[in-house]
This record gives sequence, structure tokens and C-alpha cells, in this order.
Amino acid sequence: MRRMNGRQRTVLAFGAALLFLALITIAGQVFAKEAMATDFSRKNLAPCAAYPFGTDWMGRDMFVRTLTGLSMSIRIGLLAAGVSALLALFLGIVSATMGRAVDSIVTWSIDLVMGIPHILLLILISYACGKGFKGVVIGVSLTHWTSLARLIRGEVLQLKEAPYIKVAGRLGLSPWQIARKHMVPHLFPQFLVGLILLFPHAILHEASITFLGFGLSPEQPAIGVILSESMQYLAMGKWWLALFPGLLLVLTVVLFDVAGESLRKLLDPGSAHV
Amino acid sequence: MVLEAKNISFRYGTDSRQILNDFSLKLTQEERVGLIAPSGFGKTTFCKILAGYERPDEGEVLLNGHLLSEYKGYCPVQMIWQHPEQVVNPRLPMREVLAEGDHLDQRIVEGLGIEPDWLNRYPAELSGGELQRFCIARALGERTRFILADEISTMLDLITQSQIWSFLVQEVENRGIGLLAVSHSTPLLQQVCTRVENLEKKARA
Repeated sequence: MRRMNGRQRTVLAFGAALLFLALITIAGQVFAKEAMATDFSRKNLAPCAAYPFGTDWMGRDMFVRTLTGLSMSIRIGLLAAGVSALLALFLGIVSATMGRAVDSIVTWSIDLVMGIPHILLLILISYACGKGFKGVVIGVSLTHWTSLARLIRGEVLQLKEAPYIKVAGRLGLSPWQIARKHMVPHLFPQFLVGLILLFPHAILHEASITFLGFGLSPEQPAIGVILSESMQYLAMGKWWLALFPGLLLVLTVVLFDVAGESLRKLLDPGSAHV
Repeated sequence: MVLEAKNISFRYGTDSRQILNDFSLKLTQEERVGLIAPSGFGKTTFCKILAGYERPDEGEVLLNGHLLSEYKGYCPVQMIWQHPEQVVNPRLPMREVLAEGDHLDQRIVEGLGIEPDWLNRYPAELSGGELQRFCIARALGERTRFILADEISTMLDLITQSQIWSFLVQEVENRGIGLLAVSHSTPLLQQVCTRVENLEKKARA
């Protein structure tokens, strides 16, 4: 077979990562019922052909439980990262265009949110919002916008001073036309890549606060819940309860990262050489 | 129309050197004025002020007796920059770059030697000289009354220089566009212009 060039490989990596993530999300939804089903005739089974990830102390199939948990994590990640990225886009643009006072307020809040350890702020917000799905999404959304907002603010500030933007103004283009024709093509790739690279953070933080007990409620099949429950059984030699869900969580995060980085290479070829 | 710079003083920031000091210049639509001075004497800065990119600290720029800043929309005074790669958006194809400007006669595009194929390319796929032709074309829109050419031919080979200058001189003469040409090269300005001003001497006087 002919060797593929770099761009084709990148497209392939991006497509494969997205496909795999979509499969996990869909499979998790399809198996949602099985993930809750208990069967004490098959409890504490080590991984075998029928149950590739083994079963837990209540005889639940860990494979479908992991898939459903990840699917939940991905959906939370999508929602939280989406809200967070939109917040970042809005605040970044407002900060760069609305004058000095607005700029200092926004940069001050970026510093404020960045200055507090992520996980601490997340736990506080999630707890204050009553934990659960809502608490996690609000918590993750409110803590993850900072670096993207700072990036977009810097980009807009730089664009505003670019000679070709100034020339466009003298050629009679309105601020709206300049924003649409000159700014959006520069900001969109940054925004999209930033959005995708937010997913892994969102998923990991969702899993960690759920693990610590400040996130999703224990009856939901979430990765954080699975990992925290398995803690009690690890000492009894039930290694598979934590290993496979943990590995799959890492794989998901890596795949999101692969997707984001490939997209960056495709949309902004200059950065591929950095 | 008359473009007039009256007693312009300018410096970048408050603690930097005074670049322009009480400098005045008058330019009519029939004239081609050359501006000469060594580096750092504010030739480009003066063009920027005259085209409305910068506001002078003191003095005013008048177009037909009205402040230039009062003209909204397309500015009748267009500047052609020294570095064409800075004034075109690297993410837009050249067709879009040209469309940004005012209505443009096909004659201008052809006269500047712009190949139809170049219109589909991105700025990074053209050489400096090719890009500069686009920038000149864009500045020559229908409503342009004055052209400020800031060292527009510095990076071009001699044949291209003569090609572009002879077209530009012919074009501004036909359409009655006033031209301010900035250069280090006295022979070029003497060839192109109807009179030559020295910014350095004026600054010291």
C-alpha cells in the first residue's frame, strides 16, 4: 500500500479518534439498562471471555458499566467544555474590545479563577449547586474558561493592531465587516481547538470530584463512582475493578487530545512545526 | 481637491523622540510630490498621519478644507505600504483582498501585470513584488483622490520597478489623482515627480 502523507495521517487520526469516542458514547447509552442490572450468581468474576472487564461484588458486568460511565463523562465533558469555551470566547472578545475598565475586570477574574486550585473551586461550586449532574457541569464550566479566554483576548488585541485590519478600516469596511472577514477566520481555529482540548480536562475533573464524593450521586454509573467504589475491593485482590475502567478513562482522554492536536495541525499548519 | 498637512507635530508615546516638528505640506490633485529623507526622519509616520492612520499631536490634516477625520467610509486618501505582506490578511485569497477595496477597473488589474491565476492564491503563495501589485491595485479604487506611496518599490527588481512606476504615473495623471511618493532614491523621485520636498531640511529649518 502507498505510504500516506502527513496530512492524510492526521485526518485519519482525527477521524479514528472521533469515531471511537462516538462509539463509546452510543454504546454507553444502549447498554444503560444492563449497566444497572445485578446478578448475584456471577459476582466477583475475574475477566473472562463473557465478561472482559469482570464483574463486581453485586454481579454487575463491569464492561457495560465502564462504557456507560464513560458515556456519561463524555456527555458532561461536551456540555461543560462547550459552555466553558463560549464563556471564554465572549469574555475574551469583550475584554479586548470594550476598553480598559472591562479589560481589567476580565483579566482580574481570570487571575482570580486561575489563582485558586482548580479542584478546590470545582468542589466548592459543585457542592454549592447541590452536586449531581448540574453541580458538576456548572463547576467544570466556571473553572475551565480562563486559559482560552486569555488566549482569545491576546489574539484579538494583536489582530486589532495588525496593519491589514487598519487598512481595511481606511478602505471603508465597518467594524462588523472587519470582525467577520478578518477576525473570525483567525479566531475560529483557536476556538475549536481550545474547545476540543478542554474535553479531557472536563472529563478528568468530573471523574475526580465524583471520586471524592462531591460530584455525581453513587447510584449513577460514572467513572468516578466506579473507581471510588473499587477502592474498597482492591485490597481484596479485585484488581480488575479499577484497572480497566481506569485504562479506558485514560484512553478516552488521550483520544480527545489526539483529536484536538490533529485538528490544530489541519487548521493551523504553521503550528505543526513548533 | 487639495490635501493639506498644517503644522504637524508628532511623536510615539510621551517620552520618545519628537519625530515631526511643525511640518506642513500642500498637495493638489494635479501634482506628484516626492518626499525624501534619511531613515528615521518620519517619512512613513507622515504618510500614516496624512492617510488617517495616526492622529497628529499638533496640527491638522485637511482635505478640501475639511478635517480628514470627518470623511467617513472609504477614505479618499489611500496609502500604499512599504511591506505588502503586512497589509494583506494571510487567510484570505487575493480575490477577496482586491474586493475589499473600492470598485476597480479591469484595466488597472491588467496594467499592473496581475495574472488571473494569482487571484485564487493566498498571500503566502505570491512573491513580495506580486503582492505589492495587488496592494497598489487595491489602493487605486474609484473614489481614491490621493495616493501616498511609501517606498513601494524598495523590494522590487529594476524592471518591475520601472513597469510599476510608469503605470502608476500614467494612471494618476489620467485620473487626476494626487501622488506623494516617498523614497530614499533621488533619481527615482526626480524622474517620477513634479517637485521634490526634503523632510530632513524642513525638520532642521
